[in-house]
Amino acid sequence: MNAPPPTLIGEITAKLGKKWSSWLFAGLAISATGFGVLCLAVLLFVVARDGLGGLDWNFITSFPSRKPEDAGILAALMGTLWVMGLTCLFFVPVGVGAAIYLEEFARRNWFTKLIETNISTLAGVPSVVYGLLGLAVFVFGMNLGSSIVAAAATLTLLVLPITIVASREGLRSVPPSMREAAMALGATKWQAVWHQVLPAGMPAVLTGIILALGRAIGETAPLIAMGAFTSVFFVPTSPTDTFTVLPIQIFSWVARPLPGFQENAASGIVALLIVLLLLNSVAVALRYMYARRRSW
Amino acid sequence: MTTITMRRIEAKFSQKPDNSMSNGSASKVMEVRNLDAYYGNFRAITDVNMPMRRNAVTAIIGPSGCGKSTLVRCLNRMHELSAGGRIEGQILFDGEDINAPEVDPVELRSRIGMVFQKPNPFPKSIYNNIAFGLKINGFRGNMAEAVEGSLRKAALWDEVKDRLKDSALSLSGGQQQRLCIARAIAIEPEVILMDEPCSALDPIATLAIEDLIRELKEQYSIVIVTHNMQQAARVSDETAFLMVGEDRSGYLVEFDSTEKMFTNPSHEQTEAYITGRFS
Repeated sequence: MNAPPPTLIGEITAKLGKKWSSWLFAGLAISATGFGVLCLAVLLFVVARDGLGGLDWNFITSFPSRKPEDAGILAALMGTLWVMGLTCLFFVPVGVGAAIYLEEFARRNWFTKLIETNISTLAGVPSVVYGLLGLAVFVFGMNLGSSIVAAAATLTLLVLPITIVASREGLRSVPPSMREAAMALGATKWQAVWHQVLPAGMPAVLTGIILALGRAIGETAPLIAMGAFTSVFFVPTSPTDTFTVLPIQIFSWVARPLPGFQENAASGIVALLIVLLLLNSVAVALRYMYARRRSW
Repeated sequence: MTTITMRRIEAKFSQKPDNSMSNGSASKVMEVRNLDAYYGNFRAITDVNMPMRRNAVTAIIGPSGCGKSTLVRCLNRMHELSAGGRIEGQILFDGEDINAPEVDPVELRSRIGMVFQKPNPFPKSIYNNIAFGLKINGFRGNMAEAVEGSLRKAALWDEVKDRLKDSALSLSGGQQQRLCIARAIAIEPEVILMDEPCSALDPIATLAIEDLIRELKEQYSIVIVTHNMQQAARVSDETAFLMVGEDRSGYLVEFDSTEKMFTNPSHEQTEAYITGRFS
């Protein structure tokens, strides 16, 4: 028998001894985590320092203006709420439905493998490509114009892949014994999935939905590509209205030379973060509710 | 199909259970004929022939890998849900072939219940664990009464009556397994299949389940897979002994009354296995 070839980890362990090398690797892992947390903290601090001051009632209830001190985010905020609400309505049933089919019902063959490969590839496609697709299919093809519903449909396409992948992970985390238990009681496959597997996998499915929401709410490029306006002076009242959203508003302010608009942009970012946190807290509350009821 | 099931369940709950003994105590509730079971190209069991008597406990014993679990999973057509799972041969239930094209496996499984090796209650309340099977089978009677009835039959009622809304996962392993038995008998099957129901339980919980099995055979026919020979001797009326062949496929060595098997087996292999002289 030859001695195994020396590995880097093996050599370090030999030099430092077991205990110290273990400390070393734990330390490396902790610093990696710390680096991420630190970056986020600095980012939040800078944005809060620049933006919190400008975030008042006037800012929330005003339309855009040429003068930075009069400008507000009312149209963009309402646009974001409209677009996100409608996007949720589209991507949650379609994404979770596709995950259920692929995970529970589809046979393993070349066709499902092709679909799976496609989904993972789509998850990596640049978002502006989705914007152009939305422009061609929804804005012109289906003649929806640069409307809220066209934007929601575009964002739905954008977040479907990550929703499907995360939901499938969630369903896979439910032990097969749950399906067997239900089917041995005379449940159909569908009854087993709907009554037992889906509720048990719900916490992970909801995590996927949270991630997808976070992705969709920050997207700017695809919505600009499909023709969303920058300055809107009305609150949308129906899904076919034109609109703008917070990231586009922030983007247009950042691009202006007047320093007052930079402050507005920071305040807009804080507002966007608050909206995102509110939306997520609903999903987190739901996840907690489901998670409390199970454990294995 | 569902309406038939529903009427059957309601009839059983509103009247006394029909006296199955009228067919004579020796009547067969199920019979396996020339059964081969496959996973893809691998034949897991070969040419098994055995009856299961009504209102009796039939034990299936044998070493690991001899196909005991596969055999019992063929009896309610759970085997066909495994990857590549298929069978050849016949399985009769009340004289009819359960694999005939007109038989709905979903309906069949509501008449042949199953309890698994590891207790697998749903991550829901104790009450809803029982109510689920009744609901999906179209039960429209008094749900609370039906739940209480099955918990009593499974000797669990006194322990859980004050916490029916608690999660089933808060119960001990033995209680969870009795809950799974209660869940199975709630929909009033004729046969209950038990796949090593005590293998994950401590000796005291095991004895509780064994007592329960002896009580349940008054009303149901039970098939129990076990790797514990004392258990087979304690609870069963008849025993089937399976072995693994050279081709890794399980086959039936001997089927007889449990008393005869454990005192005077016909095959040397059976005697060797039962007395522990098994290599």
